[in-house]
Amino acid sequence: MARLIAASRHEVEVQPYPLIVFILAPLLALGLQSFVSLHFQRFDILDLPLLVTIYFAITRRNPVTGTIAGAIIGIAQDALTRQPLGIFGICKSIIGYLAASLGVRIDTESHLTRALLTFGFVFLHSGMYWLLVRRLLAQPYVWSWVHELIRALINMVVGVILFALLDLAKQKEY
Amino acid sequence: MESFFSRYKNALVLIVVLLAQVIGVAIQVRRPLPKEHAQPDAGGVRLIRYWAINLVSPPERFVHWMGAGIIGVWDNYLDLIHVRQQNKDLQAEIDRLRIEEGGIVEDARQGQRLQQLLAFKEKYVYKTLPAQIIGTSGSEQSRILSINKGSKDGVGVDMPVITPDGIVGRVREVFPHSSQVLEISDPTSGAGVILATTRIRGILRGNGLGQPQVVNIMPDERIKTGEPVITSGGDQIFPRGMAVGVVDRVVPDPDHDPLVDVLIRPAANLSQLDEVLVITNMGDQVTPNQKLDMMQSEAAADAQQLKASEILAERLPSRIDPDAPQTDDENSDDSADAEGEGIARPMRPPAALHPDRFTPNTTPAADTLTPGARLAPQSEGTGTTTAAVAKPHAATPLSSAANSDGDTTETATVMPKKKAPEVVPDDGSRPPTTMAMRPAASTPTTTLPAVSSASGSETNPATHVAIPRPAIDAEQNTAAPPVVKTRVITDGPLPSGAKKTTPPTASALNPQPHVPTTQAQKAPGTPTVQHKGPELVPDDGSRPPPTMLVKPKPQPQQTVPVQQPPQGDMQ
Repeated sequence: MARLIAASRHEVEVQPYPLIVFILAPLLALGLQSFVSLHFQRFDILDLPLLVTIYFAITRRNPVTGTIAGAIIGIAQDALTRQPLGIFGICKSIIGYLAASLGVRIDTESHLTRALLTFGFVFLHSGMYWLLVRRLLAQPYVWSWVHELIRALINMVVGVILFALLDLAKQKEY
Repeated sequence: MESFFSRYKNALVLIVVLLAQVIGVAIQVRRPLPKEHAQPDAGGVRLIRYWAINLVSPPERFVHWMGAGIIGVWDNYLDLIHVRQQNKDLQAEIDRLRIEEGGIVEDARQGQRLQQLLAFKEKYVYKTLPAQIIGTSGSEQSRILSINKGSKDGVGVDMPVITPDGIVGRVREVFPHSSQVLEISDPTSGAGVILATTRIRGILRGNGLGQPQVVNIMPDERIKTGEPVITSGGDQIFPRGMAVGVVDRVVPDPDHDPLVDVLIRPAANLSQLDEVLVITNMGDQVTPNQKLDMMQSEAAADAQQLKASEILAERLPSRIDPDAPQTDDENSDDSADAEGEGIARPMRPPAALHPDRFTPNTTPAADTLTPGARLAPQSEGTGTTTAAVAKPHAATPLSSAANSDGDTTETATVMPKKKAPEVVPDDGSRPPTTMAMRPAASTPTTTLPAVSSASGSETNPATHVAIPRPAIDAEQNTAAPPVVKTRVITDGPLPSGAKKTTPPTASALNPQPHVPTTQAQKAPGTPTVQHKGPELVPDDGSRPPPTMLVKPKPQPQQTVPVQQPPQGDMQ
C-alpha cells in the first residue's frame, strides 16, 4: 500500500516527453482503433484513445492538461462515430482530470498502480458513457456488468503493456 | 478573487470544458428538421468531424495501402497455384452463364414491360461505385464504416451500400474524399425488410450487441431459422428484393411484451468487409442507352426466335396426312390456312352427328331473333293447333276421327320445320298470312299427346291447353287447312298497308274462349274483341292470358281467300 503512494520528489515530478509523442500517440491510437476493428471486430472492446488519455494524464500530472487532452481526443473519437460530438469528449475530460489529480498523489510508476487505475477509469468511463447515451441522448445501450468487467480487465492488461511502451519515449534525464 | 481562480483553476477548467461540450451536444441533438432540410450535422459540427476524419484518414490510408501492397504481392506473384485450372473452370462458368443470361434478360424485360403497363414504379440498380473500407468507428456502440469515396466521386447521403452478398448500410456522412457508412447492425439504423417465406414485413435495426434484428414482430410460428430476409423497398433507400440475411433466432421483445424480435444473420460479412458497392444511380426510368440496348436485344431475340421456328418446322414431320379422310370445308380451310401461314391453329371439336340447340354455331344471330319467339323445336305437344273452323267436328283431331273401334287417340303433330315467328298486330288489323285461315274467335288449342277416351266419343277440346308456338307458312296451311300452326303474338307497329279494323261490338266482348263448340259455331268473320295494348305471351308452354284466347277478327279481304277444305279431306 505504501508503494502506491508517492514518497519522493522524483516520483511526483512531471515526466518530460517530446511534443511529437503528444501529437502522434493519440492519432496513432485513433487510427489503430479504427483500422484494426475493421478486420478484427472484437478489437473494438479495446479503447486505445482512453488508454492514451489516462497515460498522459497520470504522467503529466496536470489536471488542466489532462482535461483538455481528454476533451480533444474524445471529440476526435466522436468524429468517427455517428453520435454527436462531445459524448466521448465529456467522458474523457473527466477521466483526464481524475487521472491527473490522482497522478499527483500516488505513484504512477508502478505497474500495479497503473493497472488498478486503468481498470477503474475504464469502468468509470463505461458508466459515464452509458449515462450520457441512455439518459442524455435517450439512445439504446445495453449495459452488461459482465461485459463491462471483461472490457475493463482487457483494457487494464493492454494498458499496462501500452504504458510500458510509451515509457520508452521518455526523455532521459542526465 | 485572483486567489479563487488560482486555487480552483483545475476544477473551473473542467467545468468550463464540460459545460461547453454539453452545450455542444445539446445543439447537435436538437429537434430534427424535416427530411428535405435535414442534415446529419450542422455546419460547425460537420467541420469538426471533417477535420477529425482528415486527421485519422491519412494513417488509415497508409496502413491500408501497406496492407494492400503486401496482399497484392502475395496474391499476384506467390499464391498462383491452380490458377490455370481455375481459369478453365471460370471460362466454363462464363459460358454457362451466357446461356442463362438470354432467358433472364427476356424475363427481366418482360417484367419491366408489365410493370410499366401497371404503372408500377420499382427502383432498379443502374450504377454502382466500388469503394474500399478504410476504417470503422472503433467503438462497440457505433457501427460506422469509413470508405475511400466521397462527394468528389459522386457519393451522396443516404445512398445504399451493398456487397454482392447483401446489403451493408447506407451513407450517413459525405466528405470530399471519404464517407461514413451506417451499418444495418447499428441501433440507429433502419431498413424495411420482409421475410421471404412468410411475407412478414418489419423494420431492421441493430441491437446493442451489433446484430441486426427485425423488431416488433407479431409472434408467428411460421418463422423458422434460416428463412431468407430481403429488403422490401419501403424505406426508399434500398432497392426491393436485395438479400439481407437469414433468420437466426426469435427472441421476445423486452420492451414490448407480446411482440418478438427476429435476429438476423446478415448475408454480408459485416465484420470483415474490404470492398463495397455504393449505389449511385437508382430509379424507375431506363436511360436512352438502356432503351437502345433493349431494342437491339429484342430485335436479336426476335430474329433468333424466327430462326428457331424455321429449324423446328424443318425438323418436325408434316402435320398433313395424305391418307387421312377428307374433312369438312371448314376444317379444310383451317388446315389450309394453318399450313399456309405456318401457324398452329387451335383445335376444333368435330362436327356433331346429331346437332341440337346446344351445338356450337347453331344459334342464329341476335338481330334475326324476335323477342318472345321460341327457337327450340318442340318435340311433344307442339306444332299443331286444332283450328276451330266453322264445322264443329273440325276440332276433332284427325287420328281420333279415323279410329273406328271407338278408342279415340290423339297424337300430336310434330312440326319439324321451323319458321321465323311472325308479328301479329293486336289492334284488329290484318293478321299475318299464317293466321289468315284462322276463324274469328278461334281458341288456339294444342292437342296433347295420348289423350284417350274410353267412351269412344270425341275428345273434348276444352281439355286442350293453348300455348304459343312458332308460326307456319301459308302453304302448309293450305295443305292441311284445319290445322293452324303455332304463332307468336307480339306487339309492334302495324305492317305497311294494313288497315285498322272497326271496334268490336259488344257481343264480341263476351266470348267463350274455352268452349270450342261455341267458337266453332261462330261464323267466320264475326267481330271479336279487339285487344289493345301490349300483350304478354309466355313461350314456356303455359296458358296464354285470357285476352289472347279471343283473337281479333281478321280483315274480310284477308280471311276470305282461306278456303276450308271439305270434311272428307280432313279425314
